[in-house]
Amino acid sequence: MNRAAIKQKLAAIGAGSVSETEYARKGFALDVQVAPEQLVAAVSALDAEGFFIEAVTGVDWLGEQAALRKEAEAKAAAEAKAKAEAAAAAGEEAPPAEPVAEQGELPEDALEAVYDFNHYESLCRVTIRTRVPRSKPEVPTITQIYPGANWHERETHDFFGITFVGHPYLEPLLLPEDADYHPLLKDFRP
Amino acid sequence: MSAFAESEAKETFVLNLGPQHPATHGVLRVKLTMDGEYIAEAEPVLGYIHRMHEKMGENRTWAQFLPNTGRMDYLHALAYNHGYVSVVERAAGIEVPERAEYLRVITAELNRVSSHLLWFGAFILDLGGFSPLLYAFDDREQILDLLESVTGSRLTYCYFRFGGVYNDIDDNFVPGTRAFIKRLRERMPMYHNLVTKNIILMKRLQEIGPISAEMCRKYGATGPVCRGSGINFDVRKHEPYSIYPEFDFDVPVYDQCDSMARYMVRMDEIEQSLRIIEQALDKLPDGPVMADKVPKILKPAKGDYYHAVETARGSFGVRVVSDGSNTPYRLKLRSPTFSNLSLFGEACQGMLLPDALALMGSLDLVIPEIDR
Repeated sequence: MNRAAIKQKLAAIGAGSVSETEYARKGFALDVQVAPEQLVAAVSALDAEGFFIEAVTGVDWLGEQAALRKEAEAKAAAEAKAKAEAAAAAGEEAPPAEPVAEQGELPEDALEAVYDFNHYESLCRVTIRTRVPRSKPEVPTITQIYPGANWHERETHDFFGITFVGHPYLEPLLLPEDADYHPLLKDFRP
Repeated sequence: MSAFAESEAKETFVLNLGPQHPATHGVLRVKLTMDGEYIAEAEPVLGYIHRMHEKMGENRTWAQFLPNTGRMDYLHALAYNHGYVSVVERAAGIEVPERAEYLRVITAELNRVSSHLLWFGAFILDLGGFSPLLYAFDDREQILDLLESVTGSRLTYCYFRFGGVYNDIDDNFVPGTRAFIKRLRERMPMYHNLVTKNIILMKRLQEIGPISAEMCRKYGATGPVCRGSGINFDVRKHEPYSIYPEFDFDVPVYDQCDSMARYMVRMDEIEQSLRIIEQALDKLPDGPVMADKVPKILKPAKGDYYHAVETARGSFGVRVVSDGSNTPYRLKLRSPTFSNLSLFGEACQGMLLPDALALMGSLDLVIPEIDR
């Protein structure tokens, strides 16, 4: 089975980004980023190619946006400082400081659902990711394509509170049946 | 249809199998809806020994998580050690000395044999045969003694470290292992004469519990379960890790799809593991067992990494997300029996209860690994 063909197929359904990764360094061959609406189409494409489902899980990116902004600010400050120093070295008057760009409210942090697929015959592990806002984490279910996703999605719902829309039985699997908390969220306090 | 037949069809009852039942090998509960002696519906209920290893991973340093890995699949703990150290070594770019890799493979394969021996005994016990368990435990005991001398523990091993192994072997290990290989090779024909060729066992396993290759794919089954359904998939061959490519061994595949096929796969795998150990002992190089200059405080580069290994029950994968700090940002543990058990509900529909137990035994369940 051809990696390039899979890549093309996934790009055809409008996946956000499909990148080949270095297998020896990362442990997977294709890294695919899709919007939640494209997820079912992307998974169907893999199903048609004979992939099997390895796992579904999540990652909580709480604080990512703040960290990104801090990084950008630090970079801007360093650049301005370098400019001023260069000007001083040339004996020129320092240019007026650029007005600090008005920063709006931080964009919302995301929860990421991660799907791992693998192939029995050829070495091609595909990772599909989709991001949803933390306040409304809703992802369509893929249980109609892979019945094995049923338990994986229930587990991910337990741990992260991601709602898999259309799941036939989204009850706690590993947590107690009355659990109303999601322990792998970064702001979870027991 | 008469009113009588209609009411008869609806007459089902719920039967709880477990969580304290010897056939479920631990605290697994299966909620069965029975139609007489036949299973109409089966729903495994999990989580009785869920310990949230993934959260524990986020709260301790990379090295502090090592002992946890031996406490998930306690029957093949060294493979879990191997999966975790490999993914961290991949993330941090640590090279492992050759001798350490050989010791990893030798001990992990010995551990695989001990796991299969225990499964063999317990599986026959499920089917009502008591004495094979005693024979299997006798052999397994030899492995536990060998591994105890190297690793310091008998069950929940924590022997591998980032960059090598914790301890070199002693002088008795190599001759002891060779003697064990010879002994087990002499015992295997007895197992086959006593058990495999037993007509009762054949009738209990042949054509019982069919799992098709397509079903394996849809549920993500790996290990002996998929190899008993004609799928030639073994992580050691499929995406070779460690030094497995240097050894000559076969992947046993049977395509009958029944419980007998899964039984035969595991019995044949014992011999293949012995072959690997034998070759590794022949080629065992001298040298250090730990890499130099492995930092005490590990800080793998930002990014996410995956590594899979072949355990006795199938493909165990670890996905780590590192934010460049000394603790994992996210640690996902993909355990093989979780996927293998998820097909049980569909596979056992319409089966007799004792046959479903034979099917369940042939999946080789280890509950702490499912619940994590």
